[in-house]
Amino acid sequence: MNFDLTEDRQMLQDSLRRYLGDKYPVEHRVSVAYDAPFHDPAKWTELTELGALFALAPEEKGGMGGAGFDISVVFEELGRVICPEPVLGALMASRILSHTDANQEALLSGEMRAAVGLGEIDAPYDLGSIQTEAAKSGDDYTLTGRKSCVYGGQTADHLLIAAKLDGKLAIFRIDAADADVTGYAMMDGGGAAEVLMDKTPAKLVLADAADAIQDAVNAGIVALCSEAVGAMDVLHKMTVEYLGQRKQFGRPIGTFQVLQHRAVDMLTEIEQSRSIVIKAASELDGPDAAKYCSMAKNLIGRAGRLVAEEAIQMHGGIAMTWEYPGSHYAKRIIMIDAQLGDTDYHLARVANAA
Amino acid sequence: MDLTFTPEEEAFRQEVRDFFAENLPDDIRDAVKNGGELTKEIMERYHAILNKQGWLGTTWPVEYGGPPWGPVERHIFDEESCAAYAPRIVPFGLGMLGPVLQKFGSQEQKDYYLPRILNGDDWWCQGYSEPGAGSDLASLKTKAVRDGDEWVINGQKTWTTLGQHADWIFCLCRTDPDVKQQEGISFILVDMSTPGVEVRPIKLIEGGHEVNEVFFTDVRVPYKNLVGEENKGWTIAKYLLTHERTGIAGVGFSMLELEEVKELAKKVMRNGKPLAQDPLFAARVAQAEIDLEAMKLTNLRMLFTAQKNGAPGPETSILKIKGTVINQELKDIRRRALGPSAAPFPGSFKDSNLDVAPKGHANNAARYFNNRKTSIFGGSNEIQRNILTKTMLGL
Repeated sequence: MNFDLTEDRQMLQDSLRRYLGDKYPVEHRVSVAYDAPFHDPAKWTELTELGALFALAPEEKGGMGGAGFDISVVFEELGRVICPEPVLGALMASRILSHTDANQEALLSGEMRAAVGLGEIDAPYDLGSIQTEAAKSGDDYTLTGRKSCVYGGQTADHLLIAAKLDGKLAIFRIDAADADVTGYAMMDGGGAAEVLMDKTPAKLVLADAADAIQDAVNAGIVALCSEAVGAMDVLHKMTVEYLGQRKQFGRPIGTFQVLQHRAVDMLTEIEQSRSIVIKAASELDGPDAAKYCSMAKNLIGRAGRLVAEEAIQMHGGIAMTWEYPGSHYAKRIIMIDAQLGDTDYHLARVANAA
Repeated sequence: MDLTFTPEEEAFRQEVRDFFAENLPDDIRDAVKNGGELTKEIMERYHAILNKQGWLGTTWPVEYGGPPWGPVERHIFDEESCAAYAPRIVPFGLGMLGPVLQKFGSQEQKDYYLPRILNGDDWWCQGYSEPGAGSDLASLKTKAVRDGDEWVINGQKTWTTLGQHADWIFCLCRTDPDVKQQEGISFILVDMSTPGVEVRPIKLIEGGHEVNEVFFTDVRVPYKNLVGEENKGWTIAKYLLTHERTGIAGVGFSMLELEEVKELAKKVMRNGKPLAQDPLFAARVAQAEIDLEAMKLTNLRMLFTAQKNGAPGPETSILKIKGTVINQELKDIRRRALGPSAAPFPGSFKDSNLDVAPKGHANNAARYFNNRKTSIFGGSNEIQRNILTKTMLGL
């Protein structure tokens, strides 16, 4: 038993923390996260040059990591600065491609940006309800349907799309230029897209892809939960610092026990969140990955809501402003719940598996 | 990051498992399983079984007769003893006074008391809380005044767990009323058979007799029964609070409880179907299971830190808070799963062969009510939050 990071992962964490702390201050983040393309392409290039994406894939697929803990380290650091770069799309694309022989060099170097389109308006989480259809067209295929809230889709060169082929889920690649892609900012900053396909030309990447898609979702959940832990940790520290500084009734409000105990409850839930993410990361390549990922996403959903809402409440009015950094952290933490399955969705999955 | 146990640790787990399978008497296992009374006789017999194996003083250094265990072995022992439905070791002599004497006691005290604790010669109880000093323990008033080579003790202790069985009590006494509260307290050992000591039972919410009031009227004990320095008892009290944190999260008990709940829900019928198929019930169980899964890891993480640093840190208060809340939630789920079958008052139809609750699930309302104590005792969860506020938040 050992809960320390390996030397390699420690170095990865250090270099990412240094770079992001230096180059991605929250003011910069807010200034890019709400204007097209809803991230900073120059910073994307720098981040990829640090090898952040190579850490997400295993060596035999051209990466330098790819284990749950590698993913966790990268995304926790991204979460600490609520980084809006479309790293999640790269991770999930790589994860799917790792079930094929595809060369991932362009993807992992950051040269080619990819996003993964799974969810639809009436099937945001449940893969079994996907309606997008593939049809044979000569040697290739066409896709018809609509993918909704495709994170990173607004800035992707290629999209990997889950569609039904002969009644089974398959993964296709389309050029963003061939589809009707409408990008927009999200409430919590960063971008997504509606991807409308009407007989859009597509290449088959993987037929019978249900397992590969679930694997990508699992990895995405480990990533999002790690991101949430990073963001929660920072927001909690901001809150505690504020409690120590803000004076009312002639004394710091952090001397009031009613606030102290609530700040402790946030800490407790963050520790629990960290624990369940470690568990999910450790099981990511095992047979029970989906179960532990659902557990993690549910717990993080609950903890995230507590931490974000309590942080706003204990700050008072200042956290209701756009100007205060904490408000952007709170938004990101809450909205992570709406990616890859929310608190209720994953609770039901755990309950039904029992 | 590596969440696995070493082959040596896994072998140790098997050894402990085998030990309990071979050596834990059926009647003791059944008593634990059915929420029956763990009598003095049962507990003494159980302690003797562990002592014979050298596994009784789980936190004691080898030089005092403890096993050669680190935090991980202790954790494995706790998990396996829970899984085997073994009782929890009575902590007052073994988990509390023993470590205190080892750290603060004189050679004479160590030589005399420690072997007697292991051998079961003395049953100890804890004289901390008073009617006016619960969470604010330092305000305690029980007075010890020196008279030659004796202490004369007057006052009252309360919530004295299993004091009805005890031969000895270790007491925090006010020995200097004129200084700051924390600086006038001494740690004194009192033979319960001394004239002037009176034990009165307190009947608990579920009807059980677990705790007592202990009254001291001109109780005279030798001066040498003082542990450590005079007026330095608060240091010992604090040491005791932070030292004995093994199993504070009660993860093993909660794991067992969860298993019991899941088994139960397959058998219990509601609306013509097993309760396990009720989505609301299943969701509630799932949420507790998720919290417990995280708790297991939180526990291991803190164990790892303790092993690395040689001592558990203040963050272990998190284990107390969250561990007790999860356990109480599971107790409530089980009580509700049983419905009215949980309700019969323990022992009220002893002579009947009718089982109201399924086998192994008797007395569940009683267990639920009794278990409310866990978030109150050992430093209430609010006191734990105060500790975390100071140590982890710096507020």
